[in-house]
Amino acid sequence: MKNRVSRSLAGLSAAVSLSAFADYQLNLQTPVTKVAQDVYDLHTLLLYICGGIFVVVFGVMFYSIFKHRKAAGHKAVNFHESTTVELIWTIIPALILVAMAWPATRVVLEQKDTSGADMTIKVTGYQWKWGYDYLDEGVSFHSRLVTPQVQYENFGGEKPVRNENYLLEVDNPVVVPVGKRVRLLLTANDVIHAWWVPAFSVKQDAIPGFIRDTWFKADKEGVYRGQCVELCGKDHGFMPIVVHVVSDEKYKVWVDEQKKKMAANQDDPNKVWTMPDMMARGQKVYEANCAVCHKSDGKGQGAFPALDGSKMASDKAQKADHIAMVLVGKNAMPSWSKTLSDTELAAVITYERNAWGNKTGDLLQPAEIKAARK
Amino acid sequence: MTTTIHSPDHAHDHDHAHDHPTGLARWLTATNHKDIGTLYLWFSFIMFLTGGVMALCIRLELFHPGLQFFKPELFNQFTTLHGIIMVFGAIMPAFTGLMNWQIPLMIGAPDMAFARMNNWSFWLLPPAALLLMISFVVPGGAAAAGWTLYAPLATQMGMGMDLTIFAIHIMGISSIMGAINIVTTILNMRAPGMTLMKMPMFCWTSLITAYLLIAVMPVLAGAVTMVLTDRHFGTNFFNAAGGGDPVLYQHVFWFFGHPEVYIMALPAFGVVSQVIPAFARKPLFGYHSMVYATSSIAILSFMVWAHHMYTTGMPATAQIFFMFATMLIAVPTGVKVFNWIATMWQGSMTFETPMLFAIGFVCLFTFGGMSGVVLSVAAVDIQLQDTYYVVAHFHYVLVAGALFSLFSAVYYWLPKWCGFMYNETRGKVHFWWSMIAFNVTFFPMHFLGLAGMPRRIPDYGVQFTEFNSMASVGAFAFGLAQIYFLFFVLLPTLRGGAGAAPQRPWEGAHTLEWEVPSPAPFHTWEAPPSKELVDELAAKQMLH
Repeated sequence: MKNRVSRSLAGLSAAVSLSAFADYQLNLQTPVTKVAQDVYDLHTLLLYICGGIFVVVFGVMFYSIFKHRKAAGHKAVNFHESTTVELIWTIIPALILVAMAWPATRVVLEQKDTSGADMTIKVTGYQWKWGYDYLDEGVSFHSRLVTPQVQYENFGGEKPVRNENYLLEVDNPVVVPVGKRVRLLLTANDVIHAWWVPAFSVKQDAIPGFIRDTWFKADKEGVYRGQCVELCGKDHGFMPIVVHVVSDEKYKVWVDEQKKKMAANQDDPNKVWTMPDMMARGQKVYEANCAVCHKSDGKGQGAFPALDGSKMASDKAQKADHIAMVLVGKNAMPSWSKTLSDTELAAVITYERNAWGNKTGDLLQPAEIKAARK
Repeated sequence: MTTTIHSPDHAHDHDHAHDHPTGLARWLTATNHKDIGTLYLWFSFIMFLTGGVMALCIRLELFHPGLQFFKPELFNQFTTLHGIIMVFGAIMPAFTGLMNWQIPLMIGAPDMAFARMNNWSFWLLPPAALLLMISFVVPGGAAAAGWTLYAPLATQMGMGMDLTIFAIHIMGISSIMGAINIVTTILNMRAPGMTLMKMPMFCWTSLITAYLLIAVMPVLAGAVTMVLTDRHFGTNFFNAAGGGDPVLYQHVFWFFGHPEVYIMALPAFGVVSQVIPAFARKPLFGYHSMVYATSSIAILSFMVWAHHMYTTGMPATAQIFFMFATMLIAVPTGVKVFNWIATMWQGSMTFETPMLFAIGFVCLFTFGGMSGVVLSVAAVDIQLQDTYYVVAHFHYVLVAGALFSLFSAVYYWLPKWCGFMYNETRGKVHFWWSMIAFNVTFFPMHFLGLAGMPRRIPDYGVQFTEFNSMASVGAFAFGLAQIYFLFFVLLPTLRGGAGAAPQRPWEGAHTLEWEVPSPAPFHTWEAPPSKELVDELAAKQMLH
């Protein structure tokens, strides 16, 4: 406890000393799409109108507070009703609202018009990463947070150095060409997520079982960052979105690279694997997908059970249950049947059944998973 | 209205205490509206501190980037339970407590209509609170899906969610019973001559709030029951894989949730409409339009629920409809604010603590209303939905709105409740301390939201550090101010405070409760106040 107190005191002094070059951003992020610019302007307009009303109304109130106080000898005047006044202060605000609603409606219609897209990307929310499918190019990948855990989980550890884009950096960013209308189709695999890039003014919930769409056309090359904004469980705060807006040529180069990468990663589903290969592969899959909840050492945490020594992962008789659990999921455990290939599933289950203290000796092959899917 | 026979022994001392139990049994079996009001108020204050501690845990974790104190799971449990406890455990019971204490006094009734049910309405709450607290220690921890308990996330939780659902059911039953009591009392038990349009504004807002409660609490019960059956009984209301619709949950929830906002705001309007005229020494301006405005706000509140859902992908026409309907609420709300200011205008104002809290309410609630207008615009809301801007907005209307009005009410009526005056200087310190700390806490959150910080995240990018640290410091100061209130204002007052309170401590207060001694005797208005008295007070308040 003492340690915590001293640490927060240190944090306080750090915050004070850093404030000299602190980042006090007061307004919306710089827009890079027309819609975002319209939203920015609309917000500014609303701010001026509301600010004006505020000043007028509270000007009157504070005048009254200073002039009509008993201490200043003011006697109360006994008026208490005036239909004329009441009508005026009903009609004027109504007119002001119409003045706000007019431009607002135009922007809503613009935001919702997803027609005439140059390209379409399907975005899938997972607990807790994003999946992207470029429907025209056939490119698919997952995008995860890459900020190292030591930078954010520091319960009692040394004070880490955090990079500039702390919690806003991913392994595989979305890449789109500049000046193209990009249509996004959004859905989710488990719970509701929301895809938000403030600079584009795009925020759309990704809802399991449904496809929603939205669009953006970025006018400027650059790297734009956002986050998941719908509470989606434990790692809701660790689901960033990074979009690289690049020139047409760079985009084409990137697409080619992605296609080559995907071909290289393609597994032969009929290959028969050896135990060491499978364990090595399984460890990679585990670290990328499972360790976030069950921990690298398989010990589990909080609501997430330990795998090391668990009945399901260490009892030879429960192999089928283990496969079913990974394929179907239960409660907070998502279904992996769509996110991982047969080879990856075989690898990770093999790994879980033979890593740490688990010694079942079970070696699963992709064919076995394929059979279990039916 | 029935004719009342004036009881010959009316003059004898009501405080004989010949027929009611004392000690613990007095509170457990309480059927007296004053005792029950007191129970409600203490319960809500304890829950307010409990929910406040959770808020401080949240602010502690967010003081600096990185996870220092709590794992994300626990952080989510804090945000969820903070919301649920503050809404259902603190604000709503506090207003019910006020209504219990004040409505019979203000309308000249001997007690609430259903005194025994009143006891049950209250005693359902502590078990519900207990369920919520127990949920922290069950496997999987407390509910962590946000106070809105959105499906399908809510179906993933452990048994803490079941306990929460059960607690919500119990609290809902309690609220509905309380509301039935309030409606019946107000409609049937007013003193002779007190027509609805001569009734104090606080009774009007209580009546309308009670109707809202009866209308929407069953909707919430339905929503959480569907989550419960989805979790355990194989239904698929919200499970897309089984043909359900996750967005349906949001529609049902917000059909409850939006009127709920007004359940927490309308009684506050009522309090302020009593306090401002009393300290401006001038009748409430536009009483009739206040009644109509309150009713229109209540009706409109049922037509705007989907403004919480602009990002779910509604058709453009639906977005535009809900945008217009939402903006429309600004009109009657504006009317109310203008009326309060017109009441102050040309008054003879003094600034005792209740008035300070009431003026603080008007300023900050209006400010929250303005950010509400910004959020009502669907196109802009797309940017701000689920960010700290929204957190700032609803804390301006719920803390500076509901909570400040509650403090105003407590300072205003405390002399009548306990018979002692509070210490004015300490009251003012409490006000200014709360006012400044509140703004330091929540004002920077507008900037955080605009700059792009999502809500409900346990950790954030380094660019958000400064405003978060500021908000955390403010939050701890705000929390401390409430401890100051408890130990330096409330408890000392109950023990004698700044001396015995006169029957009418406030020069400009002209409602019925000021016609009885301070403290109000255990039984008041066993015989209703005379029609002449009611008429005389109505004339002073310019009600006709």
